Amino acid sequence: MSGESWRRTLPHPSQRSWLPQPSTRASLVVVLVFGAVLGVLMGAGSAGAQSEDSGPQAIFGQLDYEDVELQEDIAVPGVVIEVDGVGTSETDNNGEFRIEVPGPGSYVVTLDVETLPTGINLRNPENNPLNIEVRESSDQRVLFPLIEGEAGSGGESGGVSFRRVAQLTAEGLKQGLYLAMAAIGLSLIFGTTGLVNFSHSELVTWGMLSTYFFNFYGLAGVIGFLAPLPPPFGGGVNLILAAVLGMLCGAALGYVLNRVVFRSARQAGVSLIAQMVMTIGLSILLRYFFLYLFGGSPRTFGDYAAQRAVSIGPIELTPKDIVAMSLSVVILVAVASYLEMTKMGKAMRAVADNRDLAESTGIDVERVITWVWVSGAALAAISGVFFGLDQVKWDFGFRILLLIFASVTLGGLGKAYGALVGALIVGLAINLSTLVIDAEVKNMVALLILAVILLFRPQGILGQRERIG
Amino acid sequence: MDWGFILERTISTMFGVEVMVFALAAVGLNVHFGYTGLLNFGQVGFLAAGAYGLGITVTYLSWSFWIGILFGIVYSIVLALILGLPTLRLRADYLAIVTIAASETIRLLVRWRRSQEITGGAEGIGEFADPFYDVSINPFSVGVRYEFGPFSYVGRDMWVLTVGWIVLILTVLFVRRLMSSPWGRTLKAIREDEDAARALGKNAYFYKLQSLMLGGVIGGMAGMLQVIQKGSIQPDTFNPVITFTIWAILILGGPGRTWSPVIGSMIYWTLIAFLENVLRDLPEGASETLDDTIGLSDFNISQVRFMLVGLGLLLLARYRPQGIFGSREEMALDDR
Repeated sequence: MSGESWRRTLPHPSQRSWLPQPSTRASLVVVLVFGAVLGVLMGAGSAGAQSEDSGPQAIFGQLDYEDVELQEDIAVPGVVIEVDGVGTSETDNNGEFRIEVPGPGSYVVTLDVETLPTGINLRNPENNPLNIEVRESSDQRVLFPLIEGEAGSGGESGGVSFRRVAQLTAEGLKQGLYLAMAAIGLSLIFGTTGLVNFSHSELVTWGMLSTYFFNFYGLAGVIGFLAPLPPPFGGGVNLILAAVLGMLCGAALGYVLNRVVFRSARQAGVSLIAQMVMTIGLSILLRYFFLYLFGGSPRTFGDYAAQRAVSIGPIELTPKDIVAMSLSVVILVAVASYLEMTKMGKAMRAVADNRDLAESTGIDVERVITWVWVSGAALAAISGVFFGLDQVKWDFGFRILLLIFASVTLGGLGKAYGALVGALIVGLAINLSTLVIDAEVKNMVALLILAVILLFRPQGILGQRERIG
Repeated sequence: MDWGFILERTISTMFGVEVMVFALAAVGLNVHFGYTGLLNFGQVGFLAAGAYGLGITVTYLSWSFWIGILFGIVYSIVLALILGLPTLRLRADYLAIVTIAASETIRLLVRWRRSQEITGGAEGIGEFADPFYDVSINPFSVGVRYEFGPFSYVGRDMWVLTVGWIVLILTVLFVRRLMSSPWGRTLKAIREDEDAARALGKNAYFYKLQSLMLGGVIGGMAGMLQVIQKGSIQPDTFNPVITFTIWAILILGGPGRTWSPVIGSMIYWTLIAFLENVLRDLPEGASETLDDTIGLSDFNISQVRFMLVGLGLLLLARYRPQGIFGSREEMALDDR
């Protein structure tokens, strides 16, 4: 394998210089830039904080359900709540609603079941509509407990039916396609540099979060003084434009990480093991930086958050899922043709295959590595945006780290197409596994796949048979 | 700001429970990584295996606490076998991928709704540690606060600390003795050049598996001591950050050296405690300025701490992979 061969070309540790290289200054610059971005984003964040208005009396509440897989309460936006004879309200992105009522008295509150997202139901359908007593001088909270799955079943997995298999296949395909975009970059970075990049999952989160910030705060989310200008500079921009900006942010972070952190490490002869520990450190640094900025609770994008599913045969998907899945197919085909047809794409595969040979034929390996980092990070960012259509969360990337690594190993570390095939298999396998096991532990199937593949075919499906022990 | 108070609290952490537990866990990781070169990124899984081995035996099986300790060790060995058997024949990075994934999977498995009966699910396990404090040789009474100069600990912690530090020191001496034995020297040979060790007829796979088990058992003991001190087992305390903190501690002290886990742990926790105590004790104006400008408050200080762990690990691995006191010849985070 290529990683093996060029590893031997590194100087022996005793010959290496462990003195800090001139690039220390560059790392310092990055830290400072991060600090500045942090300050600006915090400013934007506090500007967007909601203020509770204390108007006349109101009926209010919050709709959420516990996601069995994430073990977290997830807000349900876009649900219509009606107070008879007073008015209606739609839950916002935090699942909150508030309907002002003329005064104390008895009201009938109805939740429009039709507006609930697919798969989410009332826990007690008989308690809808509800009779609510509003007292003097205090707002009245209304509870509509929601659950995932059918009412009364407690979210247990149902039996095997054609409909269910079709639905899970569609969802597995969706997850596999999104995973593939994250996995290809990881695989190519390993192929070209021999580095197992544990911080790759943070690039997924980064794409998701930067898109969220553009979606809500526009370019002012990054460049603070633009705040008073109209959108797209000041206010939030539409999700589609935000996603493009988020992708650019992803590419930029990939460029910076390679340029400032890993290129200097490679040039200083830092061993691959030490570089791997560096990616671990980087991953935890970025992850808690995200938590610091974003907070711990999950959120949703401002656009297309609450969509009704449409039926295609036995399958129910939301329009945004269909668009995102089609887009990811287009992107993956584009990546494949890029790798097959362009000079840079061929160079990437050549370097991944055998670095020394590629270099001796005149390929500028460092340039190829830069492009691999930039495009890999951009792909990871898009993957984050697509995953974020369901939920935006500070540690999302880390939660799918296992899946990404299972995909890459399954397909063969370092093989671009291997990552694609591996991701689709992993996506389908874990989703279809919920036919027999709880959704809560479906990700363990990925670990099982990982263990089995390492036992019987450690080079992966598309890897060549060679000794890698 | 009361510097005396800050220093007093900082000094007390130097021999506190966290230093002891993380030092012991780092001794285990040192056996893995420092002496054998195994990339175990899931040490927290061994802590969890030890803790749950103890907790499940005492509460679910209703067996004695001391048999529970035995089971904690057995669980750690079983985990080492599960992790090691498929991966140790392969290149080093495969173990890294599998361990990081497995440790997180263990956490999900024990907090799973369906394993609630056995593992207590998300609430975890409580009330299993009393026999540890009730033994007749425990000279400390629970309610009393013991002070020695600047050090001050409550009676309950005193007993854990006494036992823990004895276990820690004995383990370090045992590992030191072991690593100068033929067995230990074979491990180091495998670390330096696995092909050469194999050419000399050593079964590298088997040695690596034994090393994984030994370090895992030491990690399991750390996990048991941690939950004995807490008095409860919470699944979410066994998160990946623990593993990375142990790594930071090991690299700080210098991998492959006898006392480096202990020294690394002391440095790490003293620094962290000092930082937190200072930040929490800032004068009114300063803390408000911090809150307004970068949103730093009591609430998210610990997030900054984890960011510093990450940054520290990044910089150490980049510029001083042999640790602060480590020697380059002995250990330099070498390729293999």
